[in-house]
Amino acid sequence: MYPANFHYTKEHEWVRVEGDVGVVGITDHAQKELGDIVYVDLPKPGTHLDQGKTLGSVESVKAVSDIYAPVSGEVVEVNALLSTAPEKLNEDPHGDAWLVKLKLSAPDEIKRLLSAEDYQNYVGAEEAGH
Amino acid sequence: MTQPAAGLKATPLNSAHRKMGAKMVDFGGWDMPVQYSGILEEHHAVRKNVGLFDVSHMGEIEIHGPDALALTDSVTTNAVAKLKIGQAQYSGLLYEHGGFVDDILVHKVSDDHYFICVNASNQEKDFEHIAKANRLNATVDFASDRYAQLAIQGPKGLATLQKLTVTDLAPIQYYHFTDGAVSGTPARIARTGYTGEDGFEIYIAPDQVERIWYEILDAGAEFGIKPCGLGARNTLRLESKMALYGHEIHASITPYEADLAWIVKLDKGDFTGRAALARQKEQGVTRKLVGFEMTGRGIGRDGYEVYLDGAPAGWVSSGGPSPTLSKNIGLCYLPSDRAKPGQPIQIMIRNQPVEAITVPTPFYKRAK
Repeated sequence: MYPANFHYTKEHEWVRVEGDVGVVGITDHAQKELGDIVYVDLPKPGTHLDQGKTLGSVESVKAVSDIYAPVSGEVVEVNALLSTAPEKLNEDPHGDAWLVKLKLSAPDEIKRLLSAEDYQNYVGAEEAGH
Repeated sequence: MTQPAAGLKATPLNSAHRKMGAKMVDFGGWDMPVQYSGILEEHHAVRKNVGLFDVSHMGEIEIHGPDALALTDSVTTNAVAKLKIGQAQYSGLLYEHGGFVDDILVHKVSDDHYFICVNASNQEKDFEHIAKANRLNATVDFASDRYAQLAIQGPKGLATLQKLTVTDLAPIQYYHFTDGAVSGTPARIARTGYTGEDGFEIYIAPDQVERIWYEILDAGAEFGIKPCGLGARNTLRLESKMALYGHEIHASITPYEADLAWIVKLDKGDFTGRAALARQKEQGVTRKLVGFEMTGRGIGRDGYEVYLDGAPAGWVSSGGPSPTLSKNIGLCYLPSDRAKPGQPIQIMIRNQPVEAITVPTPFYKRAK
């Protein structure tokens, strides 16, 4: 379910490292909790983001949710697909519907994120609490 | 887990919702389904086919006795005396100062019996308000425990429900009702709803509602019926510009401000709030509800500030995406001289002004 080569946050973002770039998205658990996604607000390329600070927001029919930067870095690319087809976030949150690519400014931060297994256990506990 | 969170009230369908995989939320103290398959899918099912809602959280108050009409008329804004037996009416329950205690549906069952459907989170307050006003020969009965309520909404609502009742549904006009039976259980069958679509609301015994819930889903299967949650109920009512208590209306808002002058009959005789409304009608309202559409990128949502000419001027009472129109729509309060269609406004979305324009309402009206 959760790709083993991704790193996860308790706020339900993921990051996949490609060289000095981190591809960032939200998890399948997050999209399920949000429901039908209708709007995605993302930063412009060139924006510097600090780990844990607001990256943007995702809106479902019902509500707005903040997305936080899982790692620090400068936005080098924004997924244009999501401005025309935000619903892709419901369909392919770990693949085509990534949010932004960041040029990592503190690659060591990755080590503090959750592994796929830890994240699975974390959301498993959260889901059981429902 | 299959139990509602501690302290929340539950309808008789709570375990059915959980079994069927609904996403449950705390709605004004009630553990209710916000969605089943998804708000968009449920919304479209109601507009195109049929959807089934559990609205058993809604409250019921019954007024009996020789003075049932006089009491009901004295606490509501609309003309109860104009109702025929078997007719229902949207109305307001007001404080003396003209603000809403609640918005309600009054059903005339007989000359000495009125059946009132009220909002879930207001039911105790409404009951006390009416009981306190009762200095007449009438009894006010808190009846919520005797009724579960289901809404069968959409163009295939009639065909769905007709399979389960011998009552001929087609002759029941909009905002009329009849007492009959659904699947062998006595039911009050009303052609009412909160979706802007044709459909029915039925009031039935709580201990029979789970069986009937499943029977309606079976009956509607050939039409693509979907169980629906409160999420779709909200997007549907917003497109049809139906007020939601706590949003468009509350204790500080009068019917005139809420664009509900049509439910106020000042000439019917005295009623609670009448003096304040008469004064406001003479002086004119200072703020008024108006519809808007986002023209900039963003979604104006409940509670967001509205700016005119760069200064705060009002607020969004309800806002969100319209699945039918594929636009972002909403209702907002503005100074009344500006609350007309065609007025450019800015909505503050996360501290950024985003362009919108006021538009005529309702946003959606079904073809008759």
